[in-house]
Amino acid sequence: MIQWQHVKRLIPLIGVMMLTLTGCGKPYLSALDPKGPVAEMQLSLIKLSLYIMIGVVLVVAIIFTYVLIRYRKRPNQDGIPEQVEGSAKLEILWTVIPIILLIILAVPMVSQTFTLAKDYSGESDTVRVKVIAHQFWWEFEYPDLGIKTAQELYIPTGKKIQFEITSADVIHAFWVPALGGKIDANPGMVNKMWLEADEPGVYQGRCAELCGASHALMDFSVIAVSSGEFEDWVKEMKTPPTETVDADLAKQGEEFFNQSCITCHAVNGTGGNFGPDLSTFGDRQKIAGILEFNEENLERWLKDPQGVKPGNKMPNLNLNDEQISGLVEYLVNLKR
Amino acid sequence: MSHSLSINKRTGIWDWLTTVDHKKIGIMYLAAAGLFFVIGGIEAFLMRLQLMYPNNDLFVGSTFNQLMTMHGTTMIFFVAMPAIFGFMNAVVPLQIGARDVAFPFLNSLGFWLFFLGGILLNVSWFAGGAPEGGWTAYAPLSSSSLYTGTGLDYYVLGLQISGAGSLMGGINFLVTIINMRAPGMTFMRMPLFTWTSFVISALILFAFPPLTVGLFLMFFDRLFDANFFDPTGGGNVVIWEHLFWIFGHPEVYILVLPAFGIFSEVIPTFSKKRLFGYHSMVFATVLIGFLGFMVWVHHMFTVGLGPLANSIFAVATMAIAVPTGIKIFNWLFTLWGGQIRFTTANIFALGFIPSFVMGGVTGVMLAMAPADFQFQDSYFVVAHFHYVILGGTVFGLFAGLYYWWPKIFGRMLNETLGKWHFWLFFIGFHITFFPQHLLGVWGMPRRVFTYLPNQGLDTGNFISTVGAFFMGAAVIVFLFNVIWTTKRGERAVNDPWDGRSLEWSISSPAPEYNFAQIPQIRGLDAYWVEKMAGNKEMKPSEPLGEIHMPSPSILPLIMSLGLFISSFGFIYHNYYIAGAGLLITFACMFIRSIKDDHGYHIKPDEMSERDRGITA
Repeated sequence: MIQWQHVKRLIPLIGVMMLTLTGCGKPYLSALDPKGPVAEMQLSLIKLSLYIMIGVVLVVAIIFTYVLIRYRKRPNQDGIPEQVEGSAKLEILWTVIPIILLIILAVPMVSQTFTLAKDYSGESDTVRVKVIAHQFWWEFEYPDLGIKTAQELYIPTGKKIQFEITSADVIHAFWVPALGGKIDANPGMVNKMWLEADEPGVYQGRCAELCGASHALMDFSVIAVSSGEFEDWVKEMKTPPTETVDADLAKQGEEFFNQSCITCHAVNGTGGNFGPDLSTFGDRQKIAGILEFNEENLERWLKDPQGVKPGNKMPNLNLNDEQISGLVEYLVNLKR
Repeated sequence: MSHSLSINKRTGIWDWLTTVDHKKIGIMYLAAAGLFFVIGGIEAFLMRLQLMYPNNDLFVGSTFNQLMTMHGTTMIFFVAMPAIFGFMNAVVPLQIGARDVAFPFLNSLGFWLFFLGGILLNVSWFAGGAPEGGWTAYAPLSSSSLYTGTGLDYYVLGLQISGAGSLMGGINFLVTIINMRAPGMTFMRMPLFTWTSFVISALILFAFPPLTVGLFLMFFDRLFDANFFDPTGGGNVVIWEHLFWIFGHPEVYILVLPAFGIFSEVIPTFSKKRLFGYHSMVFATVLIGFLGFMVWVHHMFTVGLGPLANSIFAVATMAIAVPTGIKIFNWLFTLWGGQIRFTTANIFALGFIPSFVMGGVTGVMLAMAPADFQFQDSYFVVAHFHYVILGGTVFGLFAGLYYWWPKIFGRMLNETLGKWHFWLFFIGFHITFFPQHLLGVWGMPRRVFTYLPNQGLDTGNFISTVGAFFMGAAVIVFLFNVIWTTKRGERAVNDPWDGRSLEWSISSPAPEYNFAQIPQIRGLDAYWVEKMAGNKEMKPSEPLGEIHMPSPSILPLIMSLGLFISSFGFIYHNYYIAGAGLLITFACMFIRSIKDDHGYHIKPDEMSERDRGITA
């Protein structure tokens, strides 16, 4: 029984070590598989602390196991063990050693805290992005480029992205585990943070602070592309498509959109800001941040937005099939 | 010949409703905590069922948030806190050689406020939905009725009422421990459980007022459209976070320190040795209590307070590892050289050591601000605090239950069932919470009702839910043990474990007046000292005489009911009912103030022969 307890405690420890060393977990979501300098720095700190802590746990585990085996009460054992008061030497020892270990951790920790708090917004090579969190979607604005997107954040690789993060309603938190740790989006305040992606890819981002019924579904994507591709994307975003839709169905959809949806959603600079900007909706990889992008899912969303994302601000407009197919046709053709 | 029973003028349910006896109040605290534990446990289990598979739709959106909020709030405020108060009531006066607590009436009032606060909160389930802002209830999600229904009003008022009860309890035990120790019971002879109770009472005294203030601000924001937390009206959302965590961080020490105290009683008893390094244990307890107030910002590293604030609070947080480490090694060296008996109480205490150390080291990892940017609000945090609160407080409470059950109820809990309970719980606990460390760093935020398939989160969540089944089974075994033991359990002798502290020197269960004669204390581990000197009993410090007892009273219950009724008035904006409820409470206070009540006396011939020191 005692030995089993010992073994049982070690299994998870070995597990942690193995998983950390191999960087397990799905790519692009896991903090253990960093894809940028911020996440790398944080992981190195996590590793340093983890190794020291495994050492601590092992010392305790070894003494614990030894004591339980050696000093268990044996049958017919009489007498009273020596009543030891304590030991100044030992007690000083296990006060001083932890202090030394903590100093080893504290020095890189403090230095990194300041490194991560740097503000790069003044530098020419930095891309500035304003993040505004909403119940339950993300708005991204590039103030220097004059571009606004929702749910999908395009960034160039190898450049520092300086974020200014705030919220339009309740507290949210902006987190892209593979690129770096999170920071809160507080209404009425602006928080700054920088991230950088080393290689192209789609990184999953999430809201980490409880923000209401659909907190779990407040995902977004960070799409990192090479600098060249990023510049192309900027150009395309700034020159909206003149007329890519000509089908009657799409025309009907556009008319309906301009009657009903435009009070909340903007397309190419006209429309409300209550819901996400839909200018390049057709290029999206996800619908509502969580569903795979296809016409079927778009129909599902338009028919019953509350069923897909409970508590979100889009009302059920009770659209008929004709209106839905028109809207779908119009929206999927909103491409760069 | 008469005996102690003739003293009880009230019997049955009326006795329980009016009692001011700290031992009965202790039992009521434990029973209420048990009830809420089952409710909070069911909520937890339902959440784990929802999270068993990706894209599950058993409890989604607001419903899940209600389960999650109620689970956290219930477990912290209505299970852990009252269970600790239960043990303090049942044990502390006995350990210091006192006949009662300092303020018996206040003690009863504290219990009823807590209990009705808890009932009020749970009424919300049937009145349009429970609170759904998380147990931390961050503004403005929780402070503005724009985002939430009436559930949050129940949260604000339920916690306010029960918080007042906790504050009273804390003050009561501070005064009791300072003033009512038996002759010879110096501070440095107090058992560790009494020491930790003393320190947490001080923490309660300083930690609950910020919560009270915060809840009042939220109350005004919600009910009277004030703008304390509304940025559009000039408020600030971060104020609530500060107030909450200035309370909330000490709160976790309020929960875990008494568990440390319990382990410091259980481990020496079952290894037949005195506690190793008693003085440094006391020092560490006080230091942890003190540092507990200095570190609340570590819950707020991602709020954006800047690198300087983050660094200072990070280092202060890491410092707590030092006194905690001292405690762990002192326990290990208490076991060293002893004769360890593996009773259920002791295996809970032993199981605590590795479990809590794992929770402690992840605490140090979380304390490092830049690393915390990845951990904060992820499942890593969920894993960490369950390792600390379950691995610390709950293991402590179970150890305490098996240890003191004979003294509290006069019967022994069944040891075989106890061992089943332990192993199911211990294994289930690790299966449930260990994978959550990984889920966190793999990118799963806390408080989510679902996760998408194929993101690497499926297996971890499934395993975690399997563990919850084990824990559920363990609790069922425990409840069965309680019922079975109550009916046909073995009667407890006075000193079933060969104990060391004073409570084992009197009958099981203790008589109403605890000690017929207040004992004279001659050293640390008072009863053990006498046993080693060849004495069977404590030496009395006074001649046998009449004992003064406080009268029972129904007023605490009615006073609490007044606030309970008043809360509904506030929640539904009916200020007549709100006023009427408050009037009831004030009327009771008035009656209490003007009515002369000198209590009653127990005469020596009404005490049992054994308590009078007459060998039967």
